[in-house]
Amino acid sequence: MAADDDFKPEHIELMKSVLIEHVPHAKAIGLTVVDAKRGQAWLSVPYAENLIGNPETGVIHGGVITSLLDNACGIAVQLALPERMSIATLDLRLDYMKPATPKLDLMAHTHCYKVTKNIAFVRGTAYHTDEEDPIATCVGTFMLAANRAVPMPISPETVDEAMKLLAKNKDGAA
Amino acid sequence: MSETKKPVDINALMQAIPYARYLGITVDQRGNEVTTVLHFSQQLIGNPVLPALHGGVIGAFLETTAIAQLAFEGGAGPLPKPIGLTIDYLRSGKPVDTYGRAEITKQGRRVATVRAEAWQDDRSRPIAAAHGHFLLQAADDTTTS
Repeated sequence: MAADDDFKPEHIELMKSVLIEHVPHAKAIGLTVVDAKRGQAWLSVPYAENLIGNPETGVIHGGVITSLLDNACGIAVQLALPERMSIATLDLRLDYMKPATPKLDLMAHTHCYKVTKNIAFVRGTAYHTDEEDPIATCVGTFMLAANRAVPMPISPETVDEAMKLLAKNKDGAA
Repeated sequence: MSETKKPVDINALMQAIPYARYLGITVDQRGNEVTTVLHFSQQLIGNPVLPALHGGVIGAFLETTAIAQLAFEGGAGPLPKPIGLTIDYLRSGKPVDTYGRAEITKQGRRVATVRAEAWQDDRSRPIAAAHGHFLLQAADDTTTS
């Protein structure tokens, strides 16, 4: 790929189906890949009644932020790897800065800033509209080549392979 | 902590939290032991190939387990708010029910430190462990959140 830092819009579209449609819990809470580039991902989760953690205030549950950041970190790691491989979260540390504002959608921006032979290092922020005004931040590590995976659809060969695997999984899941 | 506290129905408290209910978390309260149960459902899956539970779900479950323990020991009042949570993922979560227990390692006036653990068929083989800090709110404190 010539412009390594940018994915074509059709790649981002395909990533959504591989990385979100394929992950039942991500789909269940409405996660969406908003944007992506090499080693970085932007995801959103829409505000919904069933995601509330405090029924009196309507504030989203911290666990939703955990799911959003965990998933977004995993995607940033995938986007930093030279080839698609399976990964597993080793640890994730979350700091909650302020409660999310009821009715507003959540955003996450994650960045995988270092990949070694076995481990990927990633950090991220959850916010509403301004990343400088975070709701929560996180730092995590991921184990590489943990098990089998669907290839990342960013080159013609892996697109084919990903589509095949997705079709297969769809049959299997039904 | 010896004075009598209003007994709290932790399960009812957890059922009042929409996200805990949505994930399928119930509480098994026996005497002074509180065990949380994450009932398996397909929507909790993060990796359908293995299959394995979503890491975020496991994190949310551990956080809920910690809050359940704090609510049990702290009595009725506003729910504690997470300040920081560190999750260690030890094994992949299989598509079965998961159990959780938490222990308060330090109970301060404003902040409590809690450890939580989740396991499936074998308590000695936890799938994840977490430790976190929670901000405690007095019953009459109606500030943020």
